[in-house]
Amino acid sequence: MRRFSWFNATSLTFGFAFLYLPMLILVIYSFNASKLVTVWAGFSTRWYGELARNEAFLDAAWVTIRVAFFSSTLATILGTMAAYVLIRAGRFAGRTLFSGMIYAPLVMPDVITGLSLLLLFIGIGLDRGILTIVLAHTTFAMCYVSVVVSSRLVTFDRSLEEAALDLGCTPFEAFRLVTLPIIAPAVISGWLLAFTLSLDDLVIASFTAGPSATTLPIKIFSAVRLGVSPEINALSTIMIGIVTVGVISASLISKQQAVRRMQEERAADRA
Amino acid sequence: MRRLILILVPYLWLLALFLVPFVIVLKISLSDIALSIPPYTPQLDLSGGWQAVKDFFAGLDFENFAFLTTDDLYWKAYLSSLVIASVSTLLCLLVGFPIAYAMARAADEWRPTLLMLVILPFWTSFLIRVYSWMGILSNEGVLNQFLLWLGVIDSPLQILNTNTAVYIGIVYTYLPFMILPIYSALERLDGSLLEAAEDLGCSRTSAFWLVTLPLSRNGVIAGCFLVFIPALGEFVIPSLLGGSGTLMIGKVLWEEFFSNRDWPVASAVAVILLLILVIPIVLFQRNEQKQREAEG
Repeated sequence: MRRFSWFNATSLTFGFAFLYLPMLILVIYSFNASKLVTVWAGFSTRWYGELARNEAFLDAAWVTIRVAFFSSTLATILGTMAAYVLIRAGRFAGRTLFSGMIYAPLVMPDVITGLSLLLLFIGIGLDRGILTIVLAHTTFAMCYVSVVVSSRLVTFDRSLEEAALDLGCTPFEAFRLVTLPIIAPAVISGWLLAFTLSLDDLVIASFTAGPSATTLPIKIFSAVRLGVSPEINALSTIMIGIVTVGVISASLISKQQAVRRMQEERAADRA
Repeated sequence: MRRLILILVPYLWLLALFLVPFVIVLKISLSDIALSIPPYTPQLDLSGGWQAVKDFFAGLDFENFAFLTTDDLYWKAYLSSLVIASVSTLLCLLVGFPIAYAMARAADEWRPTLLMLVILPFWTSFLIRVYSWMGILSNEGVLNQFLLWLGVIDSPLQILNTNTAVYIGIVYTYLPFMILPIYSALERLDGSLLEAAEDLGCSRTSAFWLVTLPLSRNGVIAGCFLVFIPALGEFVIPSLLGGSGTLMIGKVLWEEFFSNRDWPVASAVAVILLLILVIPIVLFQRNEQKQREAEG
């Protein structure tokens, strides 16, 4: 613990207080009995009840989950393919353009991505709805997936693939039996990332959603534009709760796996 | 054959849904607004043959870009976006560096937990994180109530709907982007270099300035770009936390499109924003490449 001075302790305390206090306050106020969000009138779960009866929010949540599921699955398939092309396919015509198109969406402002996709959908006469949001989300999420997967592919020992090919695997079998199991953790975290990005997106969805499909962030945004609302506090608390449980259990599982792998390796060394 | 399919599927997808839309934006930014559906002219009608294509190109001009220079609103919005993004990047650095430094100095068994605590907000909805500040900063909000209770102020401060709130919002939501690259640079820093500096007579402070800071330079640069680039085109934060006086280009583009329904001008705004962004993006790429070369 050399050099862990009071200064470092203070920065960590204040830093994490800054990161977590706003969310904590939000969670506390979601249990406020008063309609006036700033006056504490005792503990109540009233707003959770109101939320459960709010059909519009439930519908929007269902749309959001479906969009996130389809777009993240598509994005994972396309993103993994793109990563494979970037790392393994070698040279081909238009490779620079390809890698440019993979990295550019990561830094593109949402307003531009949303606007350009909307203009495309109108141009080809595609009705805006769930399908257009899925297409839009897949496009930007596949780039994140391919970055995550390609960082795993780079560190991957290529001779394993070559051995499989030498032993008579077709290239597809080699991918399915050797490559895929090894890059699986990256593919899974890419899927999770794509899923969260889709759940989270307001701007691109606002441009590409039609009147028939409203996602939860669009609903939340129009509700809070006018000010703080206790129902949104309750909804936020539920979302924060789900994420916290998800991330903590994911990290516990991966820690457990790391420990098991180490034990297995040790056992293998002994044997 | 398989290789071709593997390349073509993601390639065509990105061409159709990333590159083509940009060409359309560029095209519409050169068109004129019209009272039709879609609300711009000229439309390309390929059935008219070569003459139609020629008419189409003849109908394009830089009028919308000229319009952007005549109205104060636009260049003020670009300028104020640049100022807001730069100031919040600097604030993020001032807040984020000490946190990253302390994390890198923490005991080994603590680091994964600290790292997870920094990453966790990433997975939480961006919108909710911005929204959480509305309840804190409003006139009857938690912060004002607390300050009144302390007796520091007599009447509530107007923070929400000002640029101050926008700065707080940007620093809050983008702080992890600043902390993570600096942390990874500082974590790799060889402790024996600092010991050597001190053995050779450096004070702790000058060792920090002469050794730690230069060696974490790439992390600092990466963090600054990661905050600056998205902050420049930000829409949610200025529209929820900022006031009517907060001019940011993302907000202007949104209103131009959804409220004024002026698609050609909205597209021109987008094209210029993109041109401004190219500079920091290229610099960022170059920094990343240099870092990769230094490592590899």
